[in-house]
Amino acid sequence: MATDRTLLGLTLALAALLLGVVVFPQWLTFLVMMSLARGLVVLGIVLQMRAGLVSFGQGLYYCIGGYTAAMLGSLYGVREVAVLIVAAILVSTLVALVLGTLLSRYRDIFFAMLSMAFSMILYGLLVKSPALGSTDGFNVPAMTFFGWKPEAQSTGVYILTCVLAFLIAAAYHRYQKSPAGYLAGAIRENEIRVEYLGSSAQSLLHCKYVIASVISAVGGLLSALATGHVDPEMAYWTTSGEFVFIAILGGTGHVAAPFIGSTLFSLVRTYAYQFFPYTWQMILGLVLLLIIVFLPRGLWSLVQRANSEKPRAADR
Amino acid sequence: MQPIVRTEQLCRNFGAVVAADNITVAISPGEVVGVIGANGAGKTTFVNMVTGYLKPSAGKIYFRDRDITRLKPRQVMRIGICRSFQIAQLFPELSVLDNLLVAVSSSDSAWPHFLKPLKSPARIAAAEQVLADYRIEGFRDTVVATLPQGVRKLVDIAMAMVSRPAVLLLDEPTSGVSVEEKFAMLDTIMAALRGAGATTLFVEHDIEIVERYATRVLAFYDGRIIADADPETALNDADVRRYVVGSQIHRRQVRE
Repeated sequence: MATDRTLLGLTLALAALLLGVVVFPQWLTFLVMMSLARGLVVLGIVLQMRAGLVSFGQGLYYCIGGYTAAMLGSLYGVREVAVLIVAAILVSTLVALVLGTLLSRYRDIFFAMLSMAFSMILYGLLVKSPALGSTDGFNVPAMTFFGWKPEAQSTGVYILTCVLAFLIAAAYHRYQKSPAGYLAGAIRENEIRVEYLGSSAQSLLHCKYVIASVISAVGGLLSALATGHVDPEMAYWTTSGEFVFIAILGGTGHVAAPFIGSTLFSLVRTYAYQFFPYTWQMILGLVLLLIIVFLPRGLWSLVQRANSEKPRAADR
Repeated sequence: MQPIVRTEQLCRNFGAVVAADNITVAISPGEVVGVIGANGAGKTTFVNMVTGYLKPSAGKIYFRDRDITRLKPRQVMRIGICRSFQIAQLFPELSVLDNLLVAVSSSDSAWPHFLKPLKSPARIAAAEQVLADYRIEGFRDTVVATLPQGVRKLVDIAMAMVSRPAVLLLDEPTSGVSVEEKFAMLDTIMAALRGAGATTLFVEHDIEIVERYATRVLAFYDGRIIADADPETALNDADVRRYVVGSQIHRRQVRE
């Protein structure tokens, strides 16, 4: 049986990252946690991009995941992370099922703007809700991880983040090779043909929207656990814009691309902020400009280019 | 014999323009119907209505006595009516095989699987059989965007036939195909359709093609059917010669 190189790569990456629990300095584990958590949100965007839709409102589900964890922890005294995961999945599924009935009817800029509008509605509600911390948000208490209470909370969050990111990435990889995964590209290229093959493009897009929302909510939950805090900025349009930025940075060609893009984004932003505290946004803009001009298919296209040149090198 | 497709007083207006005006027609199983008419005569509107792409302003469409007037394209496809398009509707960034695999998997089930792989041995075998039926095996791994027009048309029709529909509607199958390729291409298509036992209705401007392949001709003019008969009778009808084929027959007589 042929080895699935992607699955092998993901497994090796998981092993290396888990080793990081004892090897990585604290700043690096935090960077990995945040990159993976945000990478999951970007994976949700990429899933929709492959079907031709760009969501400028994925922050909605990032925020829903985070607030579900924070509210259950702070307001209802839940201390088990498994409960938070189930709750985040249920809440995001429910919201996405309702909003998706409307959103799946729209394409192009209309989908982008409408998704952003829903995200901004949540932002507005949170900002005006003193019970939910208003603009300051509130903290997420320490949790147990499937019954295990680690000495340092960050160790548990780190392992959970790595494992969940691996499981979701592996499932996404399988999805990409499935009929539904291929139909995403087919819908982007020709909806009429998809209909005449007997499938409903709208229902498929609705389903993909729900899946993308759940993945993003898990990303939000992990991010909230990593930082120990949530605030309405999670649903603000600039947060969603950053996720789209990362999706373009990494590319849509491979499951690893959003995570690579997310890591690079975190590094660029950190160093830009350190060395150019007053003009760091300009550095980010410049990086995006360079990527669009020189790598329109994102960073992953470098790997694709290298792979396509291998046989030619062997021929010589 | 019970008609496989029947329309009753089918009408379609686009504002003040009447694209279909009281079209009543019954098509029997196994027929190969050539639909002719000048541009704007209502041929494609008729095909679009029968396949669910356009809803009629009035009238009914029946498939084996089942009213399908309000069905959506995917529902029409599921009951056994498929179509090809004047401009081939394919997935240009995928290979020919992948296009057919998507068609095969969609034909298996209306709701695609999310985790099982698309490329199963059974599906690949089914897709390769279709490639062989339409003699496009040589383009198996070619990306559709790079295909010549004639091959795209064949892939378009092959995809429509994957689900083995009872009725296939072809909208101008030879448009954009060179004169030299036309007959060879249609020989391949018609042989495959006969093999599949599909009732065929094809829209065509080239009268020589209609004469050669059709067993019956529907001539459209101004949204109405002005002749419905066997090819010889229909093509010699005075109104058909005046409004539809006159110039083509005249050209052919001069050539001969």
